[in-house]
Amino acid sequence: MQDLNDLYQEVILDHNRRPRNYGPLPDATQSAKGHNPLCGDKLTLLLKVEGDRITGISFEGSGCAISKSSASLMTDAVKGHTIDEATALFDKFHRMVTTPIDQPVDEEAVGKLAVLAGVREFPARVKCASLAWHTLKAALTNAPIPAKTE
Amino acid sequence: MTPHAASASPASPLDVVAVRDQFPALHQLVHGKPLAYLDNAATTQKPQVVLDALRNYYERDNANVHRGVHALSERATASYESARRSVQRFLNARSEREIIFTRNATESINLVARAWGDWQLRPGDEVLITAMEHHSNIVPWQMACARTGAILKVAPIDDRGDVILEEFATLLTPRTKMLAVVHLSNALGTINPIEDMIAAARRVGATVLIDGSQAAYHMAVDVQALDPDFYVLTGHKVYGPTGIGVLYGRESLLQACPPFLGGGDMISSVTFEKSEWNELPYKFEAGTPNIADAIGLGAAIEFVRGIGFDAIGAHESMLLAYATARLSSVPGLTIIGTARRKASVVSFVMDDLHPHDIGTIVDREGVAIRTGHHCAQPVMDRFGIPATARASLAMYNTTDDIDALVVALDRVRQLLG
Repeated sequence: MQDLNDLYQEVILDHNRRPRNYGPLPDATQSAKGHNPLCGDKLTLLLKVEGDRITGISFEGSGCAISKSSASLMTDAVKGHTIDEATALFDKFHRMVTTPIDQPVDEEAVGKLAVLAGVREFPARVKCASLAWHTLKAALTNAPIPAKTE
Repeated sequence: MTPHAASASPASPLDVVAVRDQFPALHQLVHGKPLAYLDNAATTQKPQVVLDALRNYYERDNANVHRGVHALSERATASYESARRSVQRFLNARSEREIIFTRNATESINLVARAWGDWQLRPGDEVLITAMEHHSNIVPWQMACARTGAILKVAPIDDRGDVILEEFATLLTPRTKMLAVVHLSNALGTINPIEDMIAAARRVGATVLIDGSQAAYHMAVDVQALDPDFYVLTGHKVYGPTGIGVLYGRESLLQACPPFLGGGDMISSVTFEKSEWNELPYKFEAGTPNIADAIGLGAAIEFVRGIGFDAIGAHESMLLAYATARLSSVPGLTIIGTARRKASVVSFVMDDLHPHDIGTIVDREGVAIRTGHHCAQPVMDRFGIPATARASLAMYNTTDDIDALVVALDRVRQLLG
């Protein structure tokens, strides 16, 4: 059962129970919706971008423990960072979850996100872990939310 | 290979140990645990006779059908047409001309939505479905409506997962040109009262298609008694191979209906000016068909007929009662789908635990269940849930399989709290 414990580590369960940055973001400048039709996970990501920096981020939605904790960990990891830094972290995260199981992952490169490396033992679950990150990428390339006039 | 400690229930007339012996795939360890295969609504395992039929065809009889004069082609044609007669007897169709081989139930429905729908549907006509349809009985009709200007209507379901018959009766009007209904819901296990629904459709002059994908492995189907215009099923859910499906159609309607796909085999003569359509059922079987898998399906159907739906039904009823009682005792578990008439399909949710996590963890205990929306997203929306976990039971399942699931769900609770 070691692989299950690798997947559902205490950090992941904690982020699933108490997701960080969960809820509305009234002054968001960009947003995107992510949907994993395979399992029904739905995620709305809200971003506040000032200049080239992500100064605010939150998410809402329903999903499995892996997708929810991954979204929670991601929001913590990119908050306050520049768009370039967030994009670079996306690449590192993507590399980690697609690294073959018999090869070591670069834990230093991804920091706290390394707790999700266990997902590699569960090919069907890689999409769950990646959903928030793909939604982030979409939100960063989406046109800014039109400013409200009222 | 590991022997499965199958406990034959005294309440069941089926020799489940002997049945299990016929299914090689059931006798394996998964993650070091005996496999408890509870995902039959997605696809059933295959008995040895089906595997033998496929092997025999490719090793001895492999040839194209309906055209060769050599021995192999004659044998292949005889086996292919024998499979068609097996399907005809299975559904109690009047004639083998009413049995069209397709790729799966989805293709069968698309065939009707295209060939019949484009021919018969006019702007303002209505197509009536129910809120428990599989995507395969929703999307082809949405596409047909978009092409023809017809309107899609949906009969709602109640909290148990039964069609609300009063609402159904209101929605079924002389404007209804097609009633397309699932016989047995894959997501909820509901067995629809299709006898009454078909009779009601007859009174308003609607054509009827029944999606029998799930019903085919749980219960006997008699198309003469039920009297739908079309009845579809898929081979791989009735212990046959993937890639082979069936469309039953009333002969007079199939005669009048224009063809679906054009090409070889579906014509009797071709010139550059005009082609004449072949007779039934070949008019609807363009190109070289899936010969091997049709033959495999024929073997599967004879296998099921040999055991009989009386025995299968009694065994599955026992399993459904046992599974419902055992799962109801699991803390925090709620069964979704409690219809008045139900087959051995148990969908459930557990508190705030996501079905996807449940599925991953029970898999490590050797228990195969389906998690997700079951290609029935409107059903999930109706119950306000993103997904369910689903245990679907077939003739070879045992109470041990259900016990293994319950133990595995305890493990889920331990791990995720």
